[in-house]
Amino acid sequence: MKNNSLWSDAIYRLSRNRAAMLGGFILVMLVICAILAPWIAPYSYSFQDLNLGASPPSSEHLLGTDILGRDLLSRILYGARISLLVGFVATGVALVIGVSWGIVAGYIGGRVDSIMMRIVDVLYGLPFIIFIILLMVIFGRNLWLLFGAIGAVEWLTMARIVRGQVIGLKNQEFVLAAQAMGVSNLSMFRRHLLPNILGPIAVYATLTIPQVMLLEGFLSFLGLGIQPPMSSWGTLIKDGVESMEEYSWLLIYPGITFTITLFALNFFGDGLRDALDPKTSDN
Amino acid sequence: MIAIFFKRILLAIPVLFAVASITFFLIKIAPGGPFDADKAVSPQVLKNLNEAYNLDASNWEQYVDYMTGLIQGDLGPSFRFPGRSVSEMIATGLPVTFELAFYAILIALVMGVFLGVLAALKRNTFLDFIPMAIAMIGICVPSFLMGPLLVLIFGLNLELLPVSGWNQLPGDKILPSLTLGFAYAAYIARLSRGGMLEVLNQDFIRTARAKGLAERIIVIKHAMQGGLIPVVSFLGPAIAGLLAGSFVVETIFQIPGLGRFYVEAAFNRDYTMILGTTIFFSAMIVFFNLLSDLAALWMNPRSRDV
Repeated sequence: MKNNSLWSDAIYRLSRNRAAMLGGFILVMLVICAILAPWIAPYSYSFQDLNLGASPPSSEHLLGTDILGRDLLSRILYGARISLLVGFVATGVALVIGVSWGIVAGYIGGRVDSIMMRIVDVLYGLPFIIFIILLMVIFGRNLWLLFGAIGAVEWLTMARIVRGQVIGLKNQEFVLAAQAMGVSNLSMFRRHLLPNILGPIAVYATLTIPQVMLLEGFLSFLGLGIQPPMSSWGTLIKDGVESMEEYSWLLIYPGITFTITLFALNFFGDGLRDALDPKTSDN
Repeated sequence: MIAIFFKRILLAIPVLFAVASITFFLIKIAPGGPFDADKAVSPQVLKNLNEAYNLDASNWEQYVDYMTGLIQGDLGPSFRFPGRSVSEMIATGLPVTFELAFYAILIALVMGVFLGVLAALKRNTFLDFIPMAIAMIGICVPSFLMGPLLVLIFGLNLELLPVSGWNQLPGDKILPSLTLGFAYAAYIARLSRGGMLEVLNQDFIRTARAKGLAERIIVIKHAMQGGLIPVVSFLGPAIAGLLAGSFVVETIFQIPGLGRFYVEAAFNRDYTMILGTTIFFSAMIVFFNLLSDLAALWMNPRSRDV
């Protein structure tokens, strides 16, 4: 290889990792399916065929229908939109908070750093899931609140990782040179620090998405997340559990979809980590 | 080390105080009072209720009142279950949740450490890949899916184990404990594998081997002490996760524990119950985090003399 930059090396290593590539492929397919759901879903997610009721998989309804006669395949496809949206948006929120917090703490250092990181330590020790439930109870079950609440919980580890990286960079020559040239703090963050820590950020973000999706599924399962007639995979699993004795397919297919997605995200994230940091790949 | 211990405890007190205050005022700004039930209550009854629960006092007075009670361990009355105090309800639910969490962590530790150490020792063989594949399943199948699947297989199809309840039928504790413990077994397996691999490459292990010690003694006495530090540090945060997991598991298996009380209180808008359990959970989690940090510190010889 001629071009031995960090990223081209990483992409090369990633492309050799079959599990990660499979994971990535599944993810791309899922995202495409989710975006195209209104066009490729055989029925609308709320279309009810009450005469049909719950029917097992057939040629009309590939994955069967639920007790209200709604096509399960269509509901899973539409559910993918919500579940993936929560996964990406909430991770985005966590990313913005965590990265800014970590860069500021790490770069400014000193007293500011110790106060900021002490706050992170304290927040780490609190039962956040309970606060999310509390917020959902107090302010109603709102999709945007869900994004914000989950994102506000998941930023802590990101802040720690970014801070560690920034401290490592802070005394390197290019940063000192930029300081000597009088670069402002903001452009220091944007132009010099951020591009150098994109690797760890990308890895941790990929591994945060499945955590966030689990959290959303967890809340929806308890009835505190997405509200009907909208459906996420969490609510589909919840509905499936309620009728699993007679209609087990209502639990099994959403469950398989959810699990495969989490597998894909974890494999891709692990692969990305190994590709960007070959030292860890043996552990 | 004793200094660290006291420093951490001193830090924990203001944190819990802040949690209690924030939760209290969050609940005060929540729309709808606890008595806006489905049945309309006559104004006079409502007034009496508000008086009885001291809800007509100013927020500040109520806050001071609540905090004074809190210091004395009194979390106030439950709004939904008249005549029962929050402290009483916590006291009924806690032993059940503790027992469930205890079995779960036991399963997680035994399974996780065994599989993780095995995988590290037999690195890159069949005995490494299989446990790690199982661990991946444990991480990717959430408890709210694992529980129902176990019920479907062992409860409904094979009819081997009861599908719900706690302490009512023989064997009814098995499925809930497994459901809760499995995900942690997976994390612990990965952590102990990683930790063991790191330790097994170090010089003191080579020395032990050169001395001709039995492999069993090397692993158990020398390698595991250092290799399992990540597992011990993980246990504190895991307690927080176990509590959250108990919400789901207790709901699925209809177990009368603290987790189910909390979820019900959230649905019923039983504000005092939510407030009380939130503070109680926070205190427990802060305590267990402290405990696991200290244990990890104590296991690491480098930090022992500090």
